[in-house]
Parts: sequence; structure tokens; C-alpha cells
Amino acid sequence: MTLRKPPLREVHAERGAKFTEFGGWDMPVEFDSIRTEHTAVREAAGIFDVSHMGEIEVAGPDATTLMQRLTSNDVTELAVGDAQYAAITREDGVMIDDTVVYRLPDESTADGDGDDADDANTVPAYLFIPNAGHDTETHDRWVDHRDEWDLDCEVRNVTEDWAMFAVQGPEAPDLVADAVDADGPDVRDLSRFSATFAPFAGAECWVARTGYTGEDGFEILCPWEAAEDVWALFADDAAPCGLGARDTLRMEKGFLLSGQDFHPEDEPRTPYEADIGFVVDLDTEFVGRDALAEQAETGVEETFVGIELLDRGVPRHGYDVTDENGHVVGVVTSGTMSPTLDKPIALGYLPVGFTDPGTEVNVVVRAREKRAKVVTVPFE
Amino acid sequence: MSFDVPEGLHYRESHEWIDPETGRVGITDFAQDELGDVVFVELPNEGDALDADAEFGVIESIKAVSDLYAPVSGEVTAVNEALFDAPELVNDDPFGEGWMLELDLDEGDLEDLLTAEEYADQIA
Repeated sequence: MTLRKPPLREVHAERGAKFTEFGGWDMPVEFDSIRTEHTAVREAAGIFDVSHMGEIEVAGPDATTLMQRLTSNDVTELAVGDAQYAAITREDGVMIDDTVVYRLPDESTADGDGDDADDANTVPAYLFIPNAGHDTETHDRWVDHRDEWDLDCEVRNVTEDWAMFAVQGPEAPDLVADAVDADGPDVRDLSRFSATFAPFAGAECWVARTGYTGEDGFEILCPWEAAEDVWALFADDAAPCGLGARDTLRMEKGFLLSGQDFHPEDEPRTPYEADIGFVVDLDTEFVGRDALAEQAETGVEETFVGIELLDRGVPRHGYDVTDENGHVVGVVTSGTMSPTLDKPIALGYLPVGFTDPGTEVNVVVRAREKRAKVVTVPFE
Repeated sequence: MSFDVPEGLHYRESHEWIDPETGRVGITDFAQDELGDVVFVELPNEGDALDADAEFGVIESIKAVSDLYAPVSGEVTAVNEALFDAPELVNDDPFGEGWMLELDLDEGDLEDLLTAEEYADQIA
């Protein structure tokens, strides 16, 4: 299979990056060292090329209805420039993906003939970000449901129109503000989970105060062809970071990785089980709503927790979690040695009887039980 | 990128080195770079007998887990316990402070291993 390449694949290679396949894309996993990059984001600033993330635009008179029916949160709460975390669920409430939905400025339907009444017509528009490799299936899901429900809106897969960079860390606000062209807005004024258009290196970009590292920061969507110029604005001041550091940063904060911490076939989980019940608005009508309403009523049997190893060792995806009698009670879905805390940390699902912080469990590392305990996330 | 491949050592294709003078064993500069930040090393005990080509331990970096293979047969005469608290020594000084164990070379056969030149060609 030919891997899809981010626009800066060669720029990264020249800088000595190591690459890995992720969601069908050939992405930098490490530039210098995961630990160095991780620390740069926690203490200063780092920039990630996340152009492998999908981008889907939905615009038209029924765009809001379609978004409402296919995401778990309430999109009608979004004013232009707002962002919202949401789950994409099946009929049975199982998550297919998680995503961030942005409300774009309304699109004009004007025909330009000077007729004021006609030219004043606008329709709502949204941009949302499926995870790497999910853009085609997500686009198809939106189109199929639009047609089935006979809704009037356009669904566009613009994944290869937009490059995406995440500039994250305590120094990110000043760095990004300084990188905006002189005639652009001061992005320091953006509140968390809000976004605006701003020019970078002469290119109109969508800049949002969002990210997935647990630090303050921004995500910048820039036209594919402007990627090199926009990246260059940060090359001297932010450490280039790969997906390795992105993974350790998100794990320390207890954030889910789509396809690993939940997966419709391999690890089918609802938002409640995955401990992101806050993305579910049962007052809205969406695919999976009824199943989730029932689960909200009956409660979950297992939930997503943090686990800290007390013995030496590194927990990894797929390792069993056992109780004091050696019975398997759960499995690690993500694990690593935390670069910030310098201790082994894991995420995974455990039965509700085991989820209280301090509960003693074991993680089975190469056939040996290592002592561990359940902790609340973010890890401290 | 070029990597250190000291002369005088013998190398296994799987990136372990052994010093024929001291019987010291470690992993190469190339291997530590491939692994990235080393965070955990599991080693045998002093007195354990190793067979050539058998797994003798495990090295873990933030991103990967790799088995370690004995370059030759022999009894373990020393283990670098400093690595248990400071596994990053493997990254910092793979041919020095980052050594892993010492083998009694009496029964070891170094003939099947690569010379520095042969190993340098392998990773080129």
C-alpha cells in the first residue's frame, strides 16, 4: 500500500526525522528524541505536523441538522468560531471516532446579481476533524446519511486541501501571535476552544486554540501549498515534534487515542465507558442516542482509568491487568514510561469494582505480574 | 547520519557488541539511536549461563520493546546494575557506561560474529 504523505514529508526527512506509518500516512515519529520533544512542549513550545488528520466541510441549509444527527454533542450551541469535542457513534452507542467540530463563518449563497434579498442569503458551515485514515469513511457516512434523510447540504472531504500544525506549550500563544501577518488579529485573544481565520505568511489559515497535549496552544490549518512557508515561521522557535511525543503527552493527560483506546471492532466502547460522557447531549437526536440514554440509566460495567505501575517495567497496549488472585480483569489500551513524571503509566478499562483510585491491581509484563494501582487522570 | 563502530569489538547482526578482551556486551550506537530514549533494561543474573543467539534480556525505549541476544555462549560474570536506575546510559554511552553484562569467554566462539568493518557495512 502506498502511504499518503504530508506536504512537508521531505522537509522533515532532511531534518533527520524518523518516520512511522500512522492511519495510512507516512508521518514523523521522532525528530530528535521523544523525551526532548515532550519536555519542550511541557516547558516551552513544540510544533507538530498533524496533516494526517482528516478535514471534512459541511455547508448548506441543512448542515446543522446533519451535524447534529451524526455527532453526539449539541452543535446548535456553536457560534461562528466555536469549537466542540464530540463522539461519532453507531446505532448501538459505540464510538466510531472522536472529533472536533468547528463552526465556520456562514457561507454566502449569493449569486452576485446585485439583488439584495437574494445576495443576503447565507447558510451555516462546519469543519470537523476525523482522525488519521478516517476521512474517506467519514465523508461517505455523512453523504449516505444526508441522502437517506434527504437533507440539503454539501459534504466535502478537504483533507488534502488543508495541512495542519499544532503549536503547543506555554510559549505557544506568543509564538503564534508573532507569526500572524501584521494585518491579522491578535490570536492571544482567542479563548480555549475558539477559532478564527488569520493570515500566516500571506496565506489565509484557520487558527484554533485547541490541541491534544494538555498544554495551552493552537492548531493551525493552512492551505496545503502554503505549508512550508507557515511551518518555517516556527522552525527557529518551536521544537519540531513527532507523533511519539504527541502520544506520551496525551497519555499523561489521560486523553483517548482513536483506534487504540477505542475501536469499533477491536475495542468497542461508548463515550460513557471511555469517560467522555461530557460529549454526549441526550437532548439532541443523533445516531446512537437511544442506546446511550439507556446506558446513562443503567450505568456502565467498565470504565476508562489511569493505572500506575509500582514495580519496574513498562506497560504496553494489550497487556493484561489482573486482580490480587491473578484473574484477568482488564487490559491496557495505552501505556508508556512518562517522560515528565518518570514513572510507568497506563490507560485501560476496568470493571467498576476496580476503578476507585488506590485500588491495587497488577499489569502482566512478559508473563510477570507487576504491582500497580488505579489512579485518577491526568497522571501526577 | 554516521554512527560509532569501534574497531576491536565483535558485532552481532542484531546490533549487540562484545569486547573480546573483557567479555563485555552491549548494544551499538546505531541500535540505541533506532530505539530512541531507553527507559528500561531487563538483564540476567550474575552466574546465569547464556547460550549463543539466545535471548538474554529486554531493552525498552519510550516507543519500542526489543529482545537482546547473546553474541556468544558463556557464564554471566557481571551485570551493569547502574542501568536499572539510569537506563539512559545506553543512549549516552553505548560502548562505555552503557554496557550490559560481562561473559566468561572461555567457551565463547567469536568466529561467527561480524568485524567492525562488516557491521559498518550492514548499517550503512
